[in-house]
Formats: sequence, structure tokens, C-alpha cells
Amino acid sequence: MRWLVATVAETIPETARAITLRLDVSNWPGHRAGQHVDVRLTAEDGYATQRSYSIASPPGIDRLELTVERIDDGEVSPWLTTVADVGDQFELRGPIGGWFVWDGDASAPVLLVGGGSGVVPLMAMLRHHAASGSTAAMRLVYSARTLGDVIYRQGLEGLASPHRAITLTLTRESSSDWVGHRGRVDVDMLAELGWPPSVRPHCYVCGPTPFVEVVADALVGLGHEPARVRTERFGPTGG
Amino acid sequence: MPIVSRGFQGRRRQPGAGLVPPGQYLVDDFPVLSAGPTPDTALDDWDFTIVDETGGVAARWTWDEFRSLPPEHITVDIHCVTKWSKLGTRWEGVAIDTLVEGIDTAAEFAVAFSDGGYTTNLPLEDLLDGRAWVAFGFEGEDLEPEHGGPARLLVPHLYFWKSAKWVRGLRLSDEDEPGFWESVGYHNYGDPWREQRYWDD
Amino acid sequence: MDTSPLDGNATAGALGELFAFDVTMAVTTCAHCRHTWPMADLRAYVRAPGIVLRCPSCGGVQLRLVQSTERTWLDVRGIQMLQIPAGATV
Repeated sequence: MRWLVATVAETIPETARAITLRLDVSNWPGHRAGQHVDVRLTAEDGYATQRSYSIASPPGIDRLELTVERIDDGEVSPWLTTVADVGDQFELRGPIGGWFVWDGDASAPVLLVGGGSGVVPLMAMLRHHAASGSTAAMRLVYSARTLGDVIYRQGLEGLASPHRAITLTLTRESSSDWVGHRGRVDVDMLAELGWPPSVRPHCYVCGPTPFVEVVADALVGLGHEPARVRTERFGPTGG
Repeated sequence: MPIVSRGFQGRRRQPGAGLVPPGQYLVDDFPVLSAGPTPDTALDDWDFTIVDETGGVAARWTWDEFRSLPPEHITVDIHCVTKWSKLGTRWEGVAIDTLVEGIDTAAEFAVAFSDGGYTTNLPLEDLLDGRAWVAFGFEGEDLEPEHGGPARLLVPHLYFWKSAKWVRGLRLSDEDEPGFWESVGYHNYGDPWREQRYWDD
Repeated sequence: MDTSPLDGNATAGALGELFAFDVTMAVTTCAHCRHTWPMADLRAYVRAPGIVLRCPSCGGVQLRLVQSTERTWLDVRGIQMLQIPAGATV
């Protein structure tokens, strides 16, 4: 896997802290929904650092999309979200990871559970589901702090369909206009909004490590097979 | 040739220009590096032990006993093998000289061992003559767990991986026993001024 | 509080430069406690002078990786067995 050159073609604000970068990547070999890339930035004096970001775009579209949330004392995310502009370049390695992927298997329902920026690889899976006309029954449970923190709010509304159920839960929304779910994703919410273990769904859980630990434990506690619960942990200081 | 990204600075840093060892840069923050989870040892359960070359416990202090030893305030420069350096960091700790006083040993080497299993090795003489401490205070405050609290080894004349976080004791030995990083590529001694980062340096 | 609580997925880029298989698809048997885990689930400490992968069951170190410009050191004594499924080649 070599380092490739990515050139920013477009920047799309998603929330106050998150931005989607549309990239032209030289020699991009294609990818699967759920995979990620390593991004490396080098400063003029040679100092370099790298971080991993999930691919937001589904396989098959022209440009690679990454959605990045700015971490205040991060090193890479502030550059990607506040400095990077059309024409800017950086290095990128990937696609990485054959574990946390969904290729369109319709033999079992799919449960996607995302916390914060953990929704990014799940969005790639939802978009792949829509683009490929998949009949797999897919459900997303997405936890964010407030409505303003929900990444892809319009995009998710547009993707909702009989085969793609989207549920948001907000943990810190103070407005009484929000009539949807509130509170953290827990055993009760997963039992209500997920699939029964008897249908043997594929479960994908992504987000900050504490979120992933709680949700994965809850799913196994509800009776889901551990081998069918795939997880991807993002650091609290992802950078 | 790596692509330089316009406007990328990264962590706030400046070149060292003679104040720091070769290859280092200065940082404003205090990066946290770790090979494992932060241990959570209660002070009631904490002790510091010196095991001598016979394998016997030569000395042991509980937290209260340790904290009643005479502390020193030191200001030192620290250098991490990952290239960041900080000048003039202020610590409070007990000198290793104080801890080994009265211990009868002919051992040439020491291994510092920590909660969580981390180890690092040094010649015993590099821990003596005012060159090393068991530090419990940083910049006037209690040493935070993510930086090695309640107490860490402090050996500023060597790369900072030798300043073992969450230290619980020293094992003295006639033989040199490479520690956690020394056994997987990092230099056995680690002198930043000779840029001894890896085995082949 | 854990300082670097990522998982094996986060090391796949670096390890992918060494191995001819996708490490996130491999399964390890821990040499310390004999539990079996997908490498994607191992606890990864990447903010260190090297990469460390630990067993989620016992916390034991399974893999350590250090890279200089000249060479890479890899210690996998903590892995008793590595299973690589067909089709996992990178």
C-alpha cells in the first residue's frame, strides 16, 4: 500500500465542527463501504503526522469523500477542517480494512450503530445500499449530542426508505421541539430499535471507544452473536 | 519526496537551535505517549520496592513513608525519542540517591518496573549522583495519572522513555536486562546528545 | 482513563506495509491467556514510541512494532497463533 496524493476538489460543511472533503486521488484503486484511509500531512520543515479517517463515499463514485470532525487540540483535523481548500494536497494511504465492511450481503438484516463521527463509515454503507438497490433490511441508530451535531442530517432524511430505517437519538438537545429519541444508546434502545437476535443480523458499531464498548456489550448481552458484531473504535482525541 | 500540505504546522513547535539535542524540536504542550492503559493504583496499595541482586527486598516504602522522605525541587530539560523536547520543566521528587542510601549492593544494572508491566533498564550509576528521582509533582501540582502519577521515574539525561511512568520499584542486577522498548529496537542506553534512538545508532 | 483506546483497525495501515495479508481479517490466539480475538478487536496503543496491540481479555501485549528510517522491529511473541482467512491478501 503506497502513499497516494489527494487533491481537494470541494469542501462541504456538514455541521459547525465537521466538514466533508471531496478528493481527487491519483491511482485510487477503489474501496468497499466501511473502509478507512490514513492521512499524512507534512509541514515545510519536514515534520509529519498522520491520522485515520473513514471513507464517507460509497464504492463506485468519482471522487473519494472523507468527513472529518474538528478536534480542538488536534493536529490533523484542524488543518483538514479549517485550512484545507480547493487545490490543496496531502498524502493518503488506503483503502484499509477488510473487517469493518459491508459489501451488500442481503442474506441477513443489518444494524448500524454510530456515535458522533462514528456515523461516517456507516453512511458509506447506507449510500452503498441505496446505490446498489440492495434489498437487505438495514437500520441505523445514530447518537449525537444535539441536532446541530448531527452529521448528514439532510442526507440521512433522503436515504430513509422501507429498507433503510434511520433513527436519531440526541443526548444533550435542550429544545423541546425535538420529539425524537433522547439519551444514550443502551440495551433498551437497542432492543426496541434493533433486530431480534433470531434473525442473526450483521451489526456494525462505530464511534468513540467508550460508546463502542457499551453498545457492543449490550448487543452481545441481548443475545447477538459476537462474531456478527463488528466494531471500529475512534479515539477521544482522534486529532 | 513527501507532499507538503500548504499551511500545515501541526503541534506548536520550534527548532531547538543548540538548546536541545540533535533532531529534537521544542513543544508548548506535554504530549502523552503510552503503551497501555493508565493504571489506577490507590495510594493505600502503592509501594516502592528495591530488590537487590540476590532477589531479596532491600528496601520498601509505602506512600506515606515515601512522602516523608526529603523531597527535592528540580528544573530539568526533557527529551522524548519521538523528537519533542521541553525545557525547564519543574518537578518535585525523591532522589534515587536517597532511596539507595544504605543499600549494600555491587549490582551494575537496574530495571525500573511499573504498574501495567512496563520496564526500562539502565546502568545503576545513571540513577545516582543527583541524576535521577522518583517524581510525584510536576509544575507545582500532583503528577497526573496520564503523565505517570502518582509517581514516575525521572532520568532527564536519557531519552524520556527511560523515565518510567507509574514506577513501583527498581530491580538491581549484575546483568543488563533490556526493558520494554529496549527489547524491540530502541537503544539500550539512550543518550539524546549522541542521538542514541535505535539499536543501530 | 485510557489514553489510546483504539483497536486493530487503526494499525492496519502501518501493518499493511509489512504483511501481505489484511491484518483486520486475521485472528490471533493470545500467548498469555489463550483467548482468540479478531485482530481488528485488539486494543491498539498508537501514541507511543511504537505500536502496541494488547489482548482485550487479559491486557497482555501481543504485538510490538518499532520503525526507524533504516529498519522495522516486530515482536509477536504475544501471539501464539495467527489465523489468516483465504482472501485476506492485500
